[in-house]
Amino acid sequence: MTNCTVKIDFDKINEILQCYNYEKSSLIAILQKVQGIYNFLPEDAITYIGEHIEGLSPATVYGVATFYSQFSLEPKGKYEIKVCDGTACHVRGSSAVLTAIKEKLKLDTGKYTTPDGLFSLEIVNCLGACALAPAVVINGKVHAKMTPEAITLIIDTLIKDERE
Amino acid sequence: MGKIIINGRVCEYTDETNVLEVIRNHGFNVPTLCYRKDLIKDFGACRMCLVEVEGKGLQAACNMPPKDGLVIKTHTEKIRKIRKTILELLIANHDRECTACEKSGNCELQKYALEYDVQPTGKYLTREVKIPIDKSSPAIVRDENKCVLCGACVRACEEYQGLEVLGFANRGSQTIAQPMAGKPIAHTECVNCGQCAAICPVGAITIKSQVEQVWRELHNPNTKVVVQFAPSVRVAIGEMLGLEAGTNLTDKLYTALRYIGFDLVFDTNFSADLTIMEEATEFISRLEKGENLPLFTSCCPAWVRFLELKHPDMLNHLSSCKSPQAMMGSIIKEFVPKYYEGYTSENLVSVSVMPCTAKKAEALREEFKRADGTYDIDYVLTTQELGKMLNTAGLNFKKIVGEKADSPFGKYTGAGTIFGVSGGVAEAAVRTAYELVTGEELKDLVIKPMRGLDRTKTVELDLKGKKLKIKIVNTLKEAEKCIKEIKEGKADYQMLEVMACPGGCINGGGQPISCNEPIIREQRAQGLYDDDEKGQYRKSHENPEIKELYEKHLEYPNSHKAHELLHTTYSNKRKDCYISIGEKEE
Repeated sequence: MTNCTVKIDFDKINEILQCYNYEKSSLIAILQKVQGIYNFLPEDAITYIGEHIEGLSPATVYGVATFYSQFSLEPKGKYEIKVCDGTACHVRGSSAVLTAIKEKLKLDTGKYTTPDGLFSLEIVNCLGACALAPAVVINGKVHAKMTPEAITLIIDTLIKDERE
Repeated sequence: MGKIIINGRVCEYTDETNVLEVIRNHGFNVPTLCYRKDLIKDFGACRMCLVEVEGKGLQAACNMPPKDGLVIKTHTEKIRKIRKTILELLIANHDRECTACEKSGNCELQKYALEYDVQPTGKYLTREVKIPIDKSSPAIVRDENKCVLCGACVRACEEYQGLEVLGFANRGSQTIAQPMAGKPIAHTECVNCGQCAAICPVGAITIKSQVEQVWRELHNPNTKVVVQFAPSVRVAIGEMLGLEAGTNLTDKLYTALRYIGFDLVFDTNFSADLTIMEEATEFISRLEKGENLPLFTSCCPAWVRFLELKHPDMLNHLSSCKSPQAMMGSIIKEFVPKYYEGYTSENLVSVSVMPCTAKKAEALREEFKRADGTYDIDYVLTTQELGKMLNTAGLNFKKIVGEKADSPFGKYTGAGTIFGVSGGVAEAAVRTAYELVTGEELKDLVIKPMRGLDRTKTVELDLKGKKLKIKIVNTLKEAEKCIKEIKEGKADYQMLEVMACPGGCINGGGQPISCNEPIIREQRAQGLYDDDEKGQYRKSHENPEIKELYEKHLEYPNSHKAHELLHTTYSNKRKDCYISIGEKEE
């Protein structure tokens, strides 16, 4: 977890809460909406939601947010890299691809967004593209049959594009 | 109603809600780390209570309802092996500093590891990174390296207090029980009730100890150490000394405290009587004016903190009386140097023994700071900590002869002693309020509907034509419901007594470890009611030392002097805590 200082617009969160009638049972939908605004779930937003829904607390909302991998407590990068580690991708070498990305972007364990905010990394289970294994998705675009060399090249190209 | 066969024996069951209770009621036992009779929510996380059920295979006894005709075996070869493996896995991931652990001797994991002859196997991976210990709170210490994820603390915080300060974060092998985002617990909405520590089967949540500091003061030739102990300490501490729960040790405790080096021994029951004088008077005055009703009792520091954090708009209902601990603290620092030779404000050290972890936090309230920078109470020990000290000193309670408390400030009435149990404060207040309002003697002292350990009790009284309704709740979850009633204008009672721990102080977070077993709670409560029964005086205003205190110093209840010494103020404390996030500055 990181302490990202993002200015939170609590009026906007209130709107979302009202929209769902402050229902405990709508928590996941509420969190999805909030994540939709910030691209991640800021800690203060979690606290606020926990305080304002009856029967929940900041700790329980945090529990939900950390339980599901769809929620991120860190800001996502400009380029969201999703590495598939489903069975097919795994046996076809997704681990090596993942290691290559981590080395390239200098991401240690537990940290999944680069300090410049350009890239974020997520490991997902089966994208349903097993024929293309190992698959990597960057901002919605599928890159098939990845190798450590290929993914490094792709990242290099993206970095180069950014600089220009 | 029905019969099940346990280990080849026919066993009848009646209203037990699960097979584990039936097993226990018939002289068997199965181990468990996560089951607590007092908690409602089924959990079934630890899998230690697995039993073999004919036709159904292995089942967790704790969340299996009994059914007529079930055939159960509790200790087969297969089950023994499974339990041993569970223990090996838990221990592989457990911080095994047993000799230095506060919980050693009372730890359930330690007990079962011995029973099942578990050795470190090296078969399983151990936790690599040590999680920092959370010592931020004045009340409790959290060490997640010892947590077995039984969820008892998470459930207790939710079921008793409705606060959910603790929750599970992450998933799978990364799961931990912690406050929101791993924040230090002192910066959360924790009210310091200590029920999480009381219910933890291992040493993951323990009481913040001041035993060493107190020993140092006792051995310091330049200090004079004065002690008070709370009502419910006397009927619980025996459990740590080899005696039955509920055994009343008042007189022997006076002696024992002197043995281990305390210079003066007072009784918080005395200041409980004083609280009644002030609070009953305050109550009557509010009744007459029709102001700030219902009056909330203010003895329970967890309840006070709860209001300051969660409902600062309701603080006007709270009695301005300090708690008995704090009143005694003021009396000690104010009057002991005047009454007792050799005591000065410089050498006087004030220690209290409480059933409560929240009292440790209460003692540190800014409001109780003195002009010289010290506090009215210098150290707060829990019953558990004093029990440890008495055992260190090697005292044999069977042979100790009882003595009297120091006088003045040591005499108490039955009204003071029942402060330790839910309903007791209200009962004591009514004994005095009745006579103040009607001017007549109250003959029938026991107010039955106020007794018993139900979470909510409502009592209607007739003060010679004046109808009075009092609500008594224990646990903050129940208190929250009352707050809601009041805010909605649905409350028709004039007084609300709240104790945060289930059953009241007798079951406080600092009491000897009982795993919140309801039967022990009842024995302790009975101990206090028996103490009330045999008392020479049973109404606070009849306490001769209280009368003398008013005559000589305080004039009359709620006088200006009494207000200065015995009353306090409360304030919105939301800003101390992260839950105020997003609130607009006023």
